[in-house]
Amino acid sequence: MQKSTLIICLLFIGFTSLNAQDNLLDILADEQEEVDQTVTSIFKGQRLINGHTVVTRKASELEFLIAHRFGRINSGIDEFFGLDQANVRFSLEYGITDKITAGVGRNSFEKVYDGFVKFNLVEQKLKGTPVSITGLSSMAIRTADNFNFDEDDFNSKVSYTHQLLIARKVSDKLSLQLAPTWVHRNKVLDTQQNEVLALGVGGRVRLNQRISLNTEYYYRLTDEQAPFKDSFGVGMEIETGGHVFHLQFTNSRSMVERGFITETNGDFLGGDIHFGFNISRVF
Amino acid sequence: MKTIYTFLALFLLVGLNAQDRYLTRSGDIKFFSNAPLEDIEANTNKALSIVDLSKGQIAVDILVKSFEFEKQLMQEHFNENYMESDKYPKAQFSGTFEAAESLKQMREGVYEVEVSGDLTIHGVSKPIKTMATLKVNMGKLSGEVVFKANVKEFDIKIPKVVVKNIAEEVEITGAFNYEPYK
Repeated sequence: MQKSTLIICLLFIGFTSLNAQDNLLDILADEQEEVDQTVTSIFKGQRLINGHTVVTRKASELEFLIAHRFGRINSGIDEFFGLDQANVRFSLEYGITDKITAGVGRNSFEKVYDGFVKFNLVEQKLKGTPVSITGLSSMAIRTADNFNFDEDDFNSKVSYTHQLLIARKVSDKLSLQLAPTWVHRNKVLDTQQNEVLALGVGGRVRLNQRISLNTEYYYRLTDEQAPFKDSFGVGMEIETGGHVFHLQFTNSRSMVERGFITETNGDFLGGDIHFGFNISRVF
Repeated sequence: MKTIYTFLALFLLVGLNAQDRYLTRSGDIKFFSNAPLEDIEANTNKALSIVDLSKGQIAVDILVKSFEFEKQLMQEHFNENYMESDKYPKAQFSGTFEAAESLKQMREGVYEVEVSGDLTIHGVSKPIKTMATLKVNMGKLSGEVVFKANVKEFDIKIPKVVVKNIAEEVEITGAFNYEPYK
């Protein structure tokens, strides 16, 4: 009897001291609910180089984007290495909800008006979901006359692009994106196809807290004859508070999806490089 | 019979022991940065805190990402550029204070205590000392604290361009309503 009481006592003491963890922080660590956090800042802005990223603006945030692409660097001193010719795009892009962003833009090159809607479907989580996925649909209306077409009615000026943007922040330093793309052009030249499929790949490498290296390549799966080439771009992204600056080199002149994905005609390695920049301000 | 008494005594002991500790999972923490160009404020109501009255110990544990800002972009910068929240997900405090006998017995009243301990932010631990208020009202324990922390001391770098937007010293306010912890 005595013995068993003693054992029970000892057991109780053991139990009590186990229960009474001495370090309060350890108790809190146990109490902290396991939340699978959303991975933030996969990319800093809505553009990688020319193309979109998975990023959408948050609800009621307005982004004003000013982008420039100069002429070709190999055009020589007469054109001041391309700086004499500038192609500008202005756009306003607004977060309707945290998941849905819509924007409108105007390009000086080919006088294109464009609009897009972007919908974030899946968010990358720290432990669960491995990728973020955003769908993008855009429409572009070229209002400059095209001398290649006999009839140049409204329909023939319109093109549509649908993209699925799939991105993963692999590490603190590296984010990668895959972008299966379908471009439909209402009217094309005899040597072109109405439907073009392409696969975009791109990424961002963070060099430090504020500067990162971005690159983007759109491989066209639909075969088209010369002079069209795949779009490639590489650039530096600099972030200061509410602004994001891009300084970049690309073989594409256009900044709308139809233009740079299907109608890039510069040969990057041959020196047909357009210097350009994007300035983004979020209000 | 003896055994039963022993049991009872032990149960009481366990019960008493448990009541010395008070926990909250919904502590409010707010920080405020007052700089020439901009006031920045963020808060969370998901701070965890525990108090052990008999030992005069207190601890706080926060997931840095739970802080909410007025602007989403600010929150992103806070986590990515300044706090590096993926690398250092938590901010913690662990400290001690001198608990008056009447506080230990949970007698109604307002108790001013001096808390000293280690504050860990951004992976850097610094000793701090501050006054805090513990209150026992209608049998419930609550606590309040206001103190200042120097951003630089925690190895958080503020680039020159935003030096006028972010204060070097940030005011931190905490409010906790504790429940008995078993």
